[in-house]
Amino acid sequence: MKRYDLIVIGAGPAGLSAAAEAASHGLEVVVFDENEKPGGQLFKQIHKFFGSKEHKAKIRGFRIGEDLLRDAEEKGVRVVLDSVVCGLYQDREVLVQTGEKVVHYKADAVIVATGASENMVPFDGWTLPGVIGAGAAQTMMNLHGIKPGKKIVMLGSGNVGLVVSFQLLQAGCEVLAVVDASPRVGGYGVHAAKLARCGVPFHLSHTVIEASGEESVERVTIGQVDKNWQIVEGTEKTFDADTLCLAVGLSPMSQLLKMAGCEMKDTPLGFVPRCDSLGRTSIPGIFVAGDVSGIEEASAAMIEGRISGAAAAEYLGFLDTSLLDETLGRFEMALQSLREGMFAPGMRGKEIRETEEGIPVSTSLLEQGYLGDDELERFPGVVEQRDAVRPVIECTQNIPCNPCQDACKKGCISIGEKITSLPVVNSEGKCTACGMCVAACSGQAIFLVDESFESGYASVTLPYEFYPLPEAGDRGRALDRSGKEICDAEVVEIKSLKAFDSTNLLTMKVPLSYAGQARFFRR
Amino acid sequence: MRIKTHPILGEQSHKEEVSFSYNGKQMKGLEGEPIMVALRAAGVMVHRFTGKDHRPRGVFCAIGRCTDCVMVVDGKPNVRTCVTPLREGMKVQTQYGVSTGEKVG
Amino acid sequence: MNVLEDRSIDIGPFVSQGDDETIICRCEEISKGEIRKAVHEGMYTMTEVKRFLRAGMGLCQGQTCGKLVRSIIARELGVNPLDLELPPSRPPVRPVKMDVLASEEFPGAEKS
Repeated sequence: MKRYDLIVIGAGPAGLSAAAEAASHGLEVVVFDENEKPGGQLFKQIHKFFGSKEHKAKIRGFRIGEDLLRDAEEKGVRVVLDSVVCGLYQDREVLVQTGEKVVHYKADAVIVATGASENMVPFDGWTLPGVIGAGAAQTMMNLHGIKPGKKIVMLGSGNVGLVVSFQLLQAGCEVLAVVDASPRVGGYGVHAAKLARCGVPFHLSHTVIEASGEESVERVTIGQVDKNWQIVEGTEKTFDADTLCLAVGLSPMSQLLKMAGCEMKDTPLGFVPRCDSLGRTSIPGIFVAGDVSGIEEASAAMIEGRISGAAAAEYLGFLDTSLLDETLGRFEMALQSLREGMFAPGMRGKEIRETEEGIPVSTSLLEQGYLGDDELERFPGVVEQRDAVRPVIECTQNIPCNPCQDACKKGCISIGEKITSLPVVNSEGKCTACGMCVAACSGQAIFLVDESFESGYASVTLPYEFYPLPEAGDRGRALDRSGKEICDAEVVEIKSLKAFDSTNLLTMKVPLSYAGQARFFRR
Repeated sequence: MRIKTHPILGEQSHKEEVSFSYNGKQMKGLEGEPIMVALRAAGVMVHRFTGKDHRPRGVFCAIGRCTDCVMVVDGKPNVRTCVTPLREGMKVQTQYGVSTGEKVG
Repeated sequence: MNVLEDRSIDIGPFVSQGDDETIICRCEEISKGEIRKAVHEGMYTMTEVKRFLRAGMGLCQGQTCGKLVRSIIARELGVNPLDLELPPSRPPVRPVKMDVLASEEFPGAEKS
């Protein structure tokens, strides 16, 4: 039987980080993953990540994946793909199926980083071809370059539903609706807002009644739900859709841990192992990292991986216990900062009325997916200034993210020490319209507005990540935050710098009175 | 259905074109891509019919977990087409229950 | 003592519902009505329902329907889904063909 110092199960963000960390302390590490490619879900994430520099904020997920894989390989980690871990037994023995063979391996420590699986919801017609998981849609379009369908209805307004909907638009699909049984958008408001301004309608307090069609989906019917989650008669709406995407949450994939005999706990958010802050389970030598011990963002999974990797190194005597605390201190602070704000794990299910700054939250954003015109001025990212160009930051929820502050070298934007604080636009700052903040904002919530652009006209610069790219001189319509066409617009500039990382900056000219509303361009 | 150029991912990386058969019909796909991708590009949504209720099924999870997309590939049933790479000359058939539906013997 | 331990408690008769036809276990094609009926026939645990109906015993090993089956049984019994114990996890957690399972390789024994 082949023996390793450490076996890591799962080559996603948590597993690769754990393997790289452990290998950096001298352990002989192997990572098994059932997929053909490493990286878990990271290579399907084409949006820019949130967080701060240490969390790799404003870098797109697939690039983080490439870096992580390179780091693990440079440190001597062996990544074995197409290999399914079918069993985890006592004394840290694992059974691995590779191709047409099964092999037993043994390790002195095992880190389980198996991630999560998608939750599903049954309704009439949910077995029809064309009803797919949101993860399936991401896999098809971002890994294999194929559209999952042409006309799509998304069920679920959590971050997965919102992010995948936007990616569907980027792939050239039409998103007919985002539907959620909850009365409020579940994910980040900024993710919802970038869909809404493209014209994607939100149907909250609605659920799918039926998907129907001959041999695959041709129609999707939704209806409003009452307080008891029952359909309100007469509220049915039918879409001519060929695809229905389900994004109704994730559950930790913890079967191997239960099989190994780890103490487990059953929580409303999933069946998870009991573990301490270092990822140590009840069985000495078995560690966990990432979503398998509770669903969070990939950024958190990567730090948890580092922590478990260091803990495993310490457990096996490769890392001095006194040095462990030093190594961990850094990681734990980084992890803590990700677990703050309105979407922190401890905030789930709580209704939030005010931001940390004491500003009433936008109800329109929660109920319709976009900020109301009358709600904007109370947020510190929106300032009155008529005589010069300025950033307008439509970031109204406390989420752990601060790249905009680092992006501005002219002192226009400040967030401060606490990365969940709302960005503040300082009117003393000298904005040069460089656009770095617009491209750096992972939530695409920053616009440059210049009301002194031309007599009677203002310019609005917005982030634009679609093909075909409009050109200077193109005339079309400006859309407001709800996606409604409000006025004529002319593209005056398209800026595509390498530093913007595929986010193009589109500047359009609109009549002055629309400067506060025009937020998207359509030819 | 194929995305030729993507605003973030750019041009598709080049893959060789291969021929395969789907229920006896000749089709083209790209070498090494999952079988389901080539089928979807050709507009095929139904991968199998269930054994009990004879209902159509297709891709559901696309990562090899749910096993809804299984087909008969080169005579072998229950092949997960979402994670099995396409090769030149493959014979792909709709699965009925656990077979191609052809009477045995 | 709750309903899970005391099976003499009457959970009432089986009453059909509009969505009984909806498939829950996609692999084995088990409907919501079949699961609800099984509870009324005395299958009060996830393991019993699994053995009785094969719900969760198909190719995907209950990965898709596990949570759904749990909530249906719980609702029928009037308990919290978390009160229902999950069925044991056994290897292999992913489908493995018998001939593959039987052809174990011993890399340690190989000549290098």
